Amino acid sequence: MEPTLILAIATMGGLGLFFAAGLAIADKKLAVEDNPFVVKINEALPGVNCGACGKAGCYDFAVNVAEGTASVTGCPVGGSDTAKEIAMIMGVEAADSEIKTIPRILCKGGNSEAVNKMVDYYGPLSCSAMEIVSGGEKQCLYGCLGAGDCVDACPFDALVMNENGIPEVVPDLCTSCGICVKSCPRDIIEMHPIDQTVFVFCKNQDDPRTAKEVCNVACIACGICARKSDGGIEIINNVGVINYSLLDDTKIPFEKCKTGAIQKIDLELDLGIKMKKN
Amino acid sequence: MSFFSINKSFKGGVHPDEHKDLTENSAFELMPYPAEVVLPLSQHIGKPSKVLVKKRDLVKSGQVIAEPDGFISSIIHSPITGKIKDIGKTASVGGRPQEAVTIVAEGEDEVVFMEPLDADSISPEMIIERVKEAGIVGQGGAAFPTYVKLMPPKDKNIECIIINGAECEPYLTRDYRYMVERTQDLIVGIKLIMRALGVKRGIIGIEDNKPEAIKMLKEATSQNSEIKVEVLKTKYPQGAEKMLIKVAVNKEVPPGKLPLDVGVVIQNIRTAISVFDAVVKGEPQITAALTVSGFGIKTPKNLIVRVGTTVQQVLDYCGGTNEDARKVIVGGPMMGVAQYDMSAPIQKATSGLLVLTEPEMKHSQETNCLRCGACVDVCALNLIPKDLAKFSKAGKWDEAEALGVTVCMECGTCSYNCPANIPLVQWIRLGKQRVINIQRSKQNVS
Repeated sequence: MEPTLILAIATMGGLGLFFAAGLAIADKKLAVEDNPFVVKINEALPGVNCGACGKAGCYDFAVNVAEGTASVTGCPVGGSDTAKEIAMIMGVEAADSEIKTIPRILCKGGNSEAVNKMVDYYGPLSCSAMEIVSGGEKQCLYGCLGAGDCVDACPFDALVMNENGIPEVVPDLCTSCGICVKSCPRDIIEMHPIDQTVFVFCKNQDDPRTAKEVCNVACIACGICARKSDGGIEIINNVGVINYSLLDDTKIPFEKCKTGAIQKIDLELDLGIKMKKN
Repeated sequence: MSFFSINKSFKGGVHPDEHKDLTENSAFELMPYPAEVVLPLSQHIGKPSKVLVKKRDLVKSGQVIAEPDGFISSIIHSPITGKIKDIGKTASVGGRPQEAVTIVAEGEDEVVFMEPLDADSISPEMIIERVKEAGIVGQGGAAFPTYVKLMPPKDKNIECIIINGAECEPYLTRDYRYMVERTQDLIVGIKLIMRALGVKRGIIGIEDNKPEAIKMLKEATSQNSEIKVEVLKTKYPQGAEKMLIKVAVNKEVPPGKLPLDVGVVIQNIRTAISVFDAVVKGEPQITAALTVSGFGIKTPKNLIVRVGTTVQQVLDYCGGTNEDARKVIVGGPMMGVAQYDMSAPIQKATSGLLVLTEPEMKHSQETNCLRCGACVDVCALNLIPKDLAKFSKAGKWDEAEALGVTVCMECGTCSYNCPANIPLVQWIRLGKQRVINIQRSKQNVS
């Protein structure tokens, strides 16, 4: 071997050893004492830094929990398992395990149901951008715009746009973070427990005649469901609003709803379809 | 006028096809009043007016039917004689249903105007009072109640007024027609505004594509040392407040400030005419003057219509639309609003109604940003449209705010000039609105 090569290897190796030793000493001498709780909590968290808890990321949330400024159940993505784990670390009782919530898109007025304006829309394909001009191509002023701001916003790819132009949730991928709810300029996405099956799939506050004109599946505020429900459903601003604490779904005549705005969804079927899509 | 003051201009801007020849030589035509009008309660910036009438009430032309609700608001008068048919939501030219009063014509037209006043002896307070009573709103497009503009805060020292006769939007010839048809009335109107504000200097800014108007106004003001005509280079957006001030008095309005802050009040040509009508004739603002133009309309015209006449009625009056008509716009082609419901009513400040055909529109496939800087070159406010649009699209509101998204006046010059056909101004508008909302909610918290 060339002597220069040996010299080079020895020099570089020597330097490497010297600096490694320096770093090793610095690591011990200058170590910052991390709050052990923070480290443990951070490990228990999902680590996707989605921000759904309202903090800057998972580590920030962990710091807040350790300092007592955030609740141990504050991570909606981790759900009850994570909450229990964090509660154990912090030595507190976690609240009863909650049922997972998923977003429900309360509009069924897709491309085949909603009536379009006699115009084409040219412009940014974003629901928020459509909303600040004349509201896209559909006539309904309250329904889904179909440009998929929620689909884009979802950090977990748990929303897919179906062929009809209405987003659907993939429950397995959904982490209940609620980011889609905030992304919707028309506020038609709501978080509901996954076993909740009765929804009024309409937010149209127009008078019944207009509502019927703009969409085939709009709630026309006929009030049949409200009369039979013993307070479970109320008609507010021309649209049925469900009070889930009083709701008894056996009393509601779903088949009598003329437009099918109120529906009881088949969980089995609902989830099944979505699994296939996924 | 020195050689250098001719063709004054600003940095940036574009030269869209003007097409003013379609209507510039047709005199104003008075459209007969329709059988039914729809009066939106918010035809101005500020709070919607409060209705004073009930269903089935009889009203006369010029009768007050809604009063201002708060300081920045406006009176609304009935434009026709008839019966109140309905008060409720109807389509509006803004694209969103609005509260409006529908009036059905009934019987002979009875006019109840205010008492005419003498323009030479009237006091400033009385001018302001009359402008308020006449429900005059700024005719330049934003429809800001004019009387508020005539009462600047005491600590602001107003040096001059600028009358905006630039009319830089293509197609529109309304202000031009007023300048050539009612030159003397316009001068009196300007004098009234100057007296109301107590200023001694008035400038009429006119783009150099209107030589006739420049000639006539120069003649009319030749004996008057207080009012001066300023010839401006023809370039869009020359008629924007900040551009006009920069060119006419060489002052820059700082971002987030108003013309008031540099001692200038801007009024539109038709606002001055409306002030004249209100004071000298006692006529409240019950008409709108607009240019009906574009290659999609059978007979382009300059029209004076009653406020509340629907878009459809105006189109029918002008002979209807041609077969190749593709788009109806209320306002100018650069900043106007595309319409989808022809039952929307013309409002006080509506200045144009355009029916465009395919070749007049720009609907090409959007491609990726080339980073060519064409938008940066033409932005009259020295913004970076490509970045503002990018951040708005990505929802990065903080970055958009830092780059001055709220300064944008949405003139559309960037979108017009973009070779990649990116809807820049639309994205920026979204970002601007979001950032303003965020700023407001922060203010409310603190």
